[in-house]
Formats: sequence, C-alpha cells, structure tokens
Amino acid sequence: MSVRRLAAQEVQPASFAFTPENAEWAGRQIAKYPEGRQASAVIPLLWKAQEQSGGWVPEAAIRHIAGMLGMPYIRVLEVATFYTMFALEPVGEHFVQLCGTTPCMLRGAEALKKVCHDVIGPQKTVTADGKLSWLEVECLGACCNAPMVQIGYDYYEDLTPESFAALLEDLRAGRPVKPGPQNGRHASEPKDAVKTLTDPALFDGSMVGAWKKRFAEEDAKAKAEAAGQAVAAAANPEPAKPEPTRAEQQKSDSPVARTARGKAPVSAEAREASGNSASSEATTKRRAKTAATVEPTDGSGTKRKR
Amino acid sequence: MPKLIIDGQEVEVPAEYTLLQACEEAGAEIPRFCYHERLSIAGNCRMCLVEVKGGPPKPVASCAMGVRDLRPGPNGEPPVVMTKSPMVKKAREGVMEFLLINHPLDCPICDQGGECDLQDQAMAYGVDTSRFHENKRAVEDKYIGPLVKTSMNRCIHCTRCVRFTAEVAGVGDLGAIGRGEDMEITTYLEHALGSELQANVIDLCPVGALTSKPYAFKARPWELTKTESVDVMDAVGSAIRVDSRGREVMRILPRINDAVNEEWISDKTRFVWDGLKTQRLDRPYLRENGRLRAASWAEAFAAIAARVKTAAPGRIGAIAGDLASVEDMFALKSLMTALGSANIDCRQDGAALDPANGRASYIFNPTIEGIEQADAILIVGSNPRREAPVLNARIRKRWRMAPVAIGVVGESVDLTYSYDYLGAGPDTLADIVAGKGAFAEAFARAERPLVIVGQGALAREDGAAVLSLAARVAGRDGWNGLAVLHTAASRVGGLDLGFVPGEGGLTAPAMAGTGALDVLFLLGADEIDVAPGAFVVYQGTHGDRGAHRADVILPGATYTEKSGLYVNTEGRVQRANRAVFPPGDAREDWAILRALSDVLGKRLPFDSLDALRQALVAAHPHFARIDEIEPADAGALARLAKTKAKPGKAPFASPITDFYLTNPIARASAVMADCSALAAGRLPQAAE
Repeated sequence: MSVRRLAAQEVQPASFAFTPENAEWAGRQIAKYPEGRQASAVIPLLWKAQEQSGGWVPEAAIRHIAGMLGMPYIRVLEVATFYTMFALEPVGEHFVQLCGTTPCMLRGAEALKKVCHDVIGPQKTVTADGKLSWLEVECLGACCNAPMVQIGYDYYEDLTPESFAALLEDLRAGRPVKPGPQNGRHASEPKDAVKTLTDPALFDGSMVGAWKKRFAEEDAKAKAEAAGQAVAAAANPEPAKPEPTRAEQQKSDSPVARTARGKAPVSAEAREASGNSASSEATTKRRAKTAATVEPTDGSGTKRKR
Repeated sequence: MPKLIIDGQEVEVPAEYTLLQACEEAGAEIPRFCYHERLSIAGNCRMCLVEVKGGPPKPVASCAMGVRDLRPGPNGEPPVVMTKSPMVKKAREGVMEFLLINHPLDCPICDQGGECDLQDQAMAYGVDTSRFHENKRAVEDKYIGPLVKTSMNRCIHCTRCVRFTAEVAGVGDLGAIGRGEDMEITTYLEHALGSELQANVIDLCPVGALTSKPYAFKARPWELTKTESVDVMDAVGSAIRVDSRGREVMRILPRINDAVNEEWISDKTRFVWDGLKTQRLDRPYLRENGRLRAASWAEAFAAIAARVKTAAPGRIGAIAGDLASVEDMFALKSLMTALGSANIDCRQDGAALDPANGRASYIFNPTIEGIEQADAILIVGSNPRREAPVLNARIRKRWRMAPVAIGVVGESVDLTYSYDYLGAGPDTLADIVAGKGAFAEAFARAERPLVIVGQGALAREDGAAVLSLAARVAGRDGWNGLAVLHTAASRVGGLDLGFVPGEGGLTAPAMAGTGALDVLFLLGADEIDVAPGAFVVYQGTHGDRGAHRADVILPGATYTEKSGLYVNTEGRVQRANRAVFPPGDAREDWAILRALSDVLGKRLPFDSLDALRQALVAAHPHFARIDEIEPADAGALARLAKTKAKPGKAPFASPITDFYLTNPIARASAVMADCSALAAGRLPQAAE
C-alpha cells in the first residue's frame, strides 16, 4: 500500500450527481440510520458513486456525498482514502486487483505481475482502449486458491501466467469468461486424487461413534501392560521395604551420616548431580570410575541410577 | 467512590475518572501525547501505558481505561495500578522507540525545540538507540493557512489538532487521510483552516509538525522573557503570556484561566504582535499647514495648551478608545474634570449602556463560566464567533455537553453550533418577551436562561429599549441572565469609572459631530469619524484613523508596553503587565496625561503609577480586587426592565464586519491582513 491521493485535476469531472435510481437507492440507505446518524451511510454511498462513475470515486462525488449527509468534506475524504476498495483514480473497464500477499506470492503472484506489466503496463495506468488497468493489493482472502486476482466483482483463482494472460485477452476482446478457479477445480478441494469423500464407510453408518474405539484400544493396552508388570514382579521379588524417597535418601545419605559410616562426606555421584557442568566429559568419566572404586558396596544409589 | 492502589498508595477517586486522572490524583506522572484534558479521548499514542492488577493482563492505556472498569481482587482488595514497574518502563521505551521510528532527527532546526513534548519525554522515558534500520517515511508538507506551518514528517498522529478543530473550534477542516503508515493530517485539498481559533493547534501539537508560521525561525523559547498579561483584542480578556526578546515582542501565547479562556486564544490575540512593530507613532507630531510634522513633546504640549486655554470648558471633550486601560481613562477623566468639562465618553459606538442603571446593566452577569450552567441561550444582535471567539467556543462547549435551546435574533450566520433562527430585529425580541413561539415557551421554562446582548443591538437609537426588552426575560430567582457582550477591552472599565458624559455633557457621536467642540481629545479612539472643525488631539499608538484626523499626535504605549488594568465583559478586573518598552519617544499614557496636565496648569495629583492606582482605588475600590468580579446589584435588572421605550424596526447587525481588523494594532498587522483577505473569499460548508 502506498499513499493514496485523489486523481489529477484534469481527469476529474466538474460535477457529480446520482442518477435518479441511485439517488433513490441512496435515500433508502440513509433512511436505515437513526436521525442524526446519517453519516453512517457514507460507505454505501461512496460505493454507489464509484459504481456510477465507472469504478472510481471522483472528487466531485466526495463533495456531493458530504453535502447529502451533512458532513464536512474532509470526513468523506478520510473514508475514501482509508479503504482501498475505493479507487481514487480512473480505472479500466476491467479493473484487475492482483493479490501480492505472501500465500499468493509463494504460489506465483510475481509471475502474474509480470503478465500485468506486459499486457497492461505499469500499475494505475489504463490501457489505451480503456479496457484494462491493474493494481497490486493486499490479501483478498482466497489463499486456498492462490494465486488469484479480483476483476470487477469476481475472483479469478488458481491462475498461471498462461491462463491469466488468456483471461486478460478474453476480457479485452469481450469474450465470456468463467470466474472462480481457472485450473478445473470447483472450489478449494484437492486438485488431483479427490478421494476425501470416497470411502464407503463414511456412508454406511459404521463411522458413527468410531471415535470411541480409540479409547477402548488404549484402555486394553494399558491393562495388558499392567498385567505384564505383575508377572515380572512375581518372577523377581523385591525387598518388602519400598525404595527410599528422596527425602529419606538425603537423610541417610547426608555428609554427616556418611562420615560416621567411614565414607567420603560427599559422594562423587552427588557432586556430579549437583551440576558441575563445567567439567569436561573426560573428567566426568574419570570421576564415575573413581566413585565405582571408592564405593563398591554402596549398592542402592548406583543400582537405582542404572 | 472506588478505591485504587496506585504505586502502593491508596487513593479514592470518582468512578468516572480515567486511570490517567486517577494516577495524577495520586501524584504519579504519566507521559502522554494524544490525551488532552479538554479534548475527547483518542487513545492512539499508547504513551500512557500502565500496569494494572484487576484489569487486562497487559499494559493498559491509562487515558482510555475507566476506573469503574477495574475489578477488585478475589477478596475485594482494591485494584492495583503500577506506573513505575519494569513492565511499564519497558512498555514506554517500546512506544517511544516506535514513535521515533518515523520522527526525523531535526530538533536543531525545529521551532518546537526546547518546548517539545516528544523531546522531553524521549529524554525521560525513551532509550538512546533505535533498532530501526529502514528508511524513515517522508510526508509532503501541507498548506493549511497563513498561520500554521506544517512539517508533516514530524507528525506522530496524535490527532489532537483534528479533535480540536472538530470539537472546540467547531469546523470540520482538519482530518487524517490514508491509514497506517500512510496516514496524513491535512485539510480538504489543502484549503486554509476556517476558524478564528485555529492557531491553538500550534500549542496542542506535542511535536513540531504544526508550528507558528509568522514566528518561524524567529527565536528559541529559552531566549525569551515571559510576561503574564491579558489580551485586549476583544472584551473577553483572555489570559496571555507575552514572550519578548530585548525590545521586541516575539510571540503571544495563551495562559490557562478556566474562568475566562480555558487555554484557548483567538488568532487575532495570538498573531497581532507583528502589528505592534509597524505603523507605530514613536514621536509627537503637529499639524502645520495641513501636514503633520515631527515635533518635540514641549511643542506638542504647548500647541494643545494654546487651544485649550482659548476654548470654553463646555467646548472641550474627550473620547476614550477601545484599548485604553483603566488608569489611562482615570487620568483623562481627572484631567477633564479639572478642566471643567463634562464631555467625556468611552462608548465610541454610541452603545446605550449607562452606569447610572447599575453595574448589572452592562456586564456579562452570568459570567463566562456560567455559560456552562445555562439551560437556554438567546443571542440578540451579536455574532459571538466574531466578537469573542473564545466565548463562542464556550457556548459551543455548552451545546456539546447536553441539548440546550439556543435562539438567535439578528444575523443568521455560522456560529459553529446549531440554533433556532428567530428573526432579525427588535420585533422578534418583543415576541419572545411576550412569550410567542415555541422557543419563547422553552425559554420561559428555563431555570437559568442566558440572554447575550451584543453591541449590534445596543449601539443604535433604540439600544436602551432593546436592553430593557432583554432584561425582561433574563431574570430568575437567584440568577441574573443578562449578558452584555462587549467588543472593546476598555469598555467595562470605562463604564465602571463613569467615563460617560456628566451633567449636560455630550456623548461620543455628538462630540464627533460638526461644530460641537473646539478641542477634542482622543485617547486611542480610532473607530469614530470626527467631523472637520474641532482641534483634535490624538493620543495613541498607531498611525490609524484617529492619527490621520489629528492636529496633535501624542505617542502612547500599547497593551504590551504598559502596566494597566482592564475589566473584561464579565466585569472581571485583570492586570496587563509590561513586557517591553514603548518605541522611540512614546510614553505610557498616564504619564503623558500627567505631563500634559502640568502644562495646562491643572496638575494631576499623582506622580507615579502606584499613586495613580491608589487614587483610583480610593475612588473605585473594586479595582483593587484583581481577577475578581465585583458582585453586581441584582435590582438593576428589574429597574432596567421597567424602562418604557419603543424599539425600532431595523434588523440587528454585528458591529464587527471583519474579525481580523477591529483595532489599530490589528490593522497594522500584515498577518491579520492576510487572514482578512483569506476570510473574505472563504466558502461555506457543513460544520460538525
């Protein structure tokens, strides 16, 4: 997006007035809003003015609408410049708004831009025959059919440089064109191997409640595991006393207790666990070896570690 | 009232307060750009972020968050607001970094430098580096009139200017076009702003995007001597600050005075300073053989003395102009009394206001602040937008606050608010007094009605009758709604002094008539055409109408060059202070009159301004109570209402045809001339 300005004075019509039908339509729009809130109708009116003026909003229309709604001119100008859907400069009969935002760009919007450049010319210029003009815009919300363009009120999606060039030529020549995806897709379904809905199970009722199966399977698996553990425990009986908790271990393994038992106050293992991360791998290994030699009898700790 | 804990301190504030107001109540300083006390809340600069427990779990824009929107804690503890937490500090630094992304680093050449909110707050709350390595955006400068210079690269999009013009000034001129990074502040197709209050956007702009065009590159704020004073361009008496450097007034800024001008001043008040330097009378002049020649003070006084001595006391008169201070008029009145003349008048326009009717008959009784209490407003023969733009903004403020019936009798003009146009002349007023019509009925039901009577309704043959009519509908129990809107800064002071014709004295229009007087003394009176014949002594500041007619010119001091009392239209006594000295041989006016009295052999009994003021206060004690309004006698209204006189038929017309050129100083100003030319060609469009 860039700074949007009104068109040059030379191309501006001197005056603007709604046609009788459009004026009547505008009156109905204004009547939708409560007394004193007529300014709310500014966007529909600008939109109608754009339709009537061949796809863009002339300066005279801004003044005309401001007058209709009792707004200062600048307030209408603010709205017209805020929304990119209002073109402030003359556009071609077929106004191409090309999406250049990331998904389209990744899917080849750059190539489409080049087509525009070649067929139409630079942005914001109308071709000599008045048929075409183009503008790069931000995301138009059709990313699943990228790359795409909006021409008039229709989206043309899944474009390739070739199909886009052909589309532009058709439009210029006035031949009928088909809006929507240009690659044979109907909407945004997978392009090839469309089988999402081909599984018969989807339609015979067997899928109803199928989601519950997963939980039943998981339950059965857990039960089998528990049974296996029980069998292993029976085969390899443990001492009745449960393994010491961390607190108990610390208690019996405190430096004081260890010294009383005639051992080194802090075991090498504990020292390592306390995170002497600076030591190199070699030292760690050596320490582990020392610990094994110093405390061959201290089984509980090392065994648990394993 | 809900309780809050702000920075560990418990405060109790009204529920309708915003967090920012509550924080200020607790003494915490909150930086801000877009928030302004007198404008609507925009919440778009994000500088006022605070951390809140009991609100959303993110930094909160304190200007836009209400105290009543906060939740109490699980056990009913008051919500906690932190303005100094690490989160707040980080948030402010982030906001400041974003604001500075696109702000040019041109402080050394920026006129806002030294009084820039962004500069100050970047120092206080910002970080010293930026992580932005792209190009800064560039924005074309816009033309928005001869008063406001734009440097749109500097704009931070606070929209204070847009809100001011739409809300306070009441013109839908400024707006923000485009969006996001491309947002630009501009007028419609770069037309000039069409408001008399437009230059207040210069003060409102927190950065250097909107600066003063006439003052551009003239001075730095720290070089200027600041003098607090009052304005004399209209009768509102706005509080101003005169910034001077050496002998030169560099600019004029508003001061805050909630009772009078809040913090706005009109463009004429602000930009008249270039008129203080041009067309000045800097030495006495004498007319010889039809031409004015420079003279000495002694020659000038001798010439006056020669004429005064040969004239009979009844053939001498004095008219005080619109910019004269109370002291000047007091000195002149004393001199005329000493000369035995009763021909004095301070009402150049012949307004039918008489101090004999009591003070309540010629002041703005409900006061300017009282406009906000009024529940019905009738404007008679006045265009307040031109006569007192700041006061008009106050009426508009009242109109925006709540529905109020406003009726206008006189000219149908754009006043920036909607009103019932009732009619053009005294007949319509008489109908309203008689209770005819829907507006009259609504007005009769009002408890605090306001009848603004302008000089357009008073300065005419039937002025007294019109005033009497107005007085009949203005009174209620305990409320005096008669509001006389003056256009001259000196008028109420003059009426307070009794600077009106004494017994058998002539009024100003009579004095100016052919053959009425032998010697006429004009104290800065430029708005009156004196017929040929009389010997005219003009004491004033500018080579304007009065000086052209004068036979002797005595150069005086303008309101920035002397200390003087002025009484505004509400009857509030205010003091203007001297910021600079008068140019050349010009002197303070009271001193000239004192010296002249000596030559005339009627020496005035004061040798200093203090002595003069003592004499003044002895005669009129209320002049000692600066910034106060002497309560007016309420009975005056009833007496006024009893006056039996038949008003005429002619429609009312505002006395001010050109807002920008109402006094000699403004007429000497090139800036005012530009504005005047521009206003003449302005097209009407819908107002907001």
